[in-house]
Amino acid sequence: MESFLNRYRNITVLLLVIFAQLILLAVQVKNEQNLPVIRIWTVTAVTPVARVIEGVRTGSIGFLRNYVMLHDADADNRRLRDEVGRLKIENIFLKDELNTADRAKALQIFQAKTPSKMVAGIVIGSGAGTASKVVFVDVGSVAGIERGMAVVTPDGIVGKVIASYPTASEVMLVTDSSFAAGVISQKSGVRGTLKGQGTPTCKLDYVPMEEKIEVGEVLYTSGDDRIFPRGFPAGVVRVVRNGQPYKEILVEPTGLQHGLEDVLIVVQGVHQAIPEAPPANQPVYIASPPPASEAKTAPATEAGTAASSGTDADRLRSVYKAVGDAQNHTFGEGLPGSKPPDFTRLTVTPAATPNTPSGNPGGTQPRPANSSPAGAPPTGAPSVPPPAAGRPGAAAPAKPATPTAAPPPAQPDTQRKANQAGGAGPGGPGR
Amino acid sequence: MDYSTGRLLVNQRERQSSKYRVWVLLAVPLAALLFQISVPRFFEVLGFLDMPLLVVIYFSVMWRNQLAGLAIGALIGLAQDSLSHDPLGMFGIDKTLVGYFVASVGVRLDVDNTFLRLLLSFFFYMFHQCLYWVMAHALLGQQSAFDGQRWLLLGLLNALVGISLYHFLDKLRESV
Repeated sequence: MESFLNRYRNITVLLLVIFAQLILLAVQVKNEQNLPVIRIWTVTAVTPVARVIEGVRTGSIGFLRNYVMLHDADADNRRLRDEVGRLKIENIFLKDELNTADRAKALQIFQAKTPSKMVAGIVIGSGAGTASKVVFVDVGSVAGIERGMAVVTPDGIVGKVIASYPTASEVMLVTDSSFAAGVISQKSGVRGTLKGQGTPTCKLDYVPMEEKIEVGEVLYTSGDDRIFPRGFPAGVVRVVRNGQPYKEILVEPTGLQHGLEDVLIVVQGVHQAIPEAPPANQPVYIASPPPASEAKTAPATEAGTAASSGTDADRLRSVYKAVGDAQNHTFGEGLPGSKPPDFTRLTVTPAATPNTPSGNPGGTQPRPANSSPAGAPPTGAPSVPPPAAGRPGAAAPAKPATPTAAPPPAQPDTQRKANQAGGAGPGGPGR
Repeated sequence: MDYSTGRLLVNQRERQSSKYRVWVLLAVPLAALLFQISVPRFFEVLGFLDMPLLVVIYFSVMWRNQLAGLAIGALIGLAQDSLSHDPLGMFGIDKTLVGYFVASVGVRLDVDNTFLRLLLSFFFYMFHQCLYWVMAHALLGQQSAFDGQRWLLLGLLNALVGISLYHFLDKLRESV
């Protein structure tokens, strides 16, 4: 070291002197931001070193944390894994609770909106047989459950009660191979018998080849089987094939799609209307306005004005009022026994239905009292009550429908309504 | 002073440093500094002369000692800085390096040779100017122009004046 200093003494002294003067210079000189150069040099010289030191420190601490202290990380990992497992179980439990609450709420809403009287039940077990598709519900004969009652959910039909015990009921599911129910398609009105196959899908039987039914159509109970009231969703058509002598149609039952835990047992069924199918892309027809001459010949223009926009009852009232006005008679002022207006002067226009495009679209002409629009008698007579106000199965023995049941009669829906109004059961006289 | 040898380089035996009295070592730099600060006020045309630099070159080359050269360069430079407007250290660093390198060169050269003295004065004047320009740019941020041609002319004039100055200072040297 000493020889090194002796050898490079002069250059060392030179560097020291230069360095000292540089320091001296830096103390005095300031940059454009009025910062002393020595401070800039110092900061510039120190900060990289500080950065390196900080990097080394961070790296060392990171190394210690990541590698040396792995035993803590391992313990933390185990603890967190246990916590995650516990939270997963708790999450599943809470989700289940939430689903249960949602189902209960949905059942309540469905029960309130449905005219049929229903009893809620919970599925408490399934049948012991491997091929049978039956479940047990926690309500039985004590709650008024009888054999042959329909079992439904808001999603669709589930099955029917095949045995009723005091505290439980045995329900045959729609997927059971011995299950059958009369259904009608929503869009095309095709009737058939929904049969279980022992598989998750059912088949729609007795649909003639000439009937048109499409994949995706929704089937509703037709009420023909005296088990299920009309208007409950039954399933969705998934496959349509041609067969002999009937079409081969596979149906996915909607009542079993979301599991089966809470059900409703129909103790007193009421037929419902089948919801309208979503409107297809049909051409819009706008009728031409009535000719002016026809409007002028109307006997009662005042009544016609009111009748053009009112109901059938309004139109009928306007007609009678026009007759009264023509005879200077004020309705409601005559005493009992006084002479009524001469209603024989009513102008009768047969087959004049205001709602038919071929008829009088403006409704300016009076209509006879005995004429009525479709399904609504204008005479003020009490309307026909909903068909089969009682339980559909009440009129006949609660005999479960079997696959061997005869195919539903291919009669139009209006004719069946007329039969029901005439006292026949919803399934027709033959069922 | 022996100008008859005609040699530029000297061998180990001929390397002998000159010695001066103390008052000479004090008075000559002081006189150079006084000349630098006073004469240009009255004779502006003499403002090109850098008497402190010529004194540093003379003593450094005659002493043939690097430490002595850098010491006198640092002292005269700092003194010149003190008398100038520039920050302390500009002329100090500049003349320190000049004294060191001149002394390093003087070890191997015949410092009594007039041509070598002229050449050394010219070269180190240019070195001094260039180094000062670089430091002024780098450390002070000054944006002065690099006037090389003017520096060459001034370097030659300073070298010529330096020859006369060195001849005068040789007379103040102690005889060994």
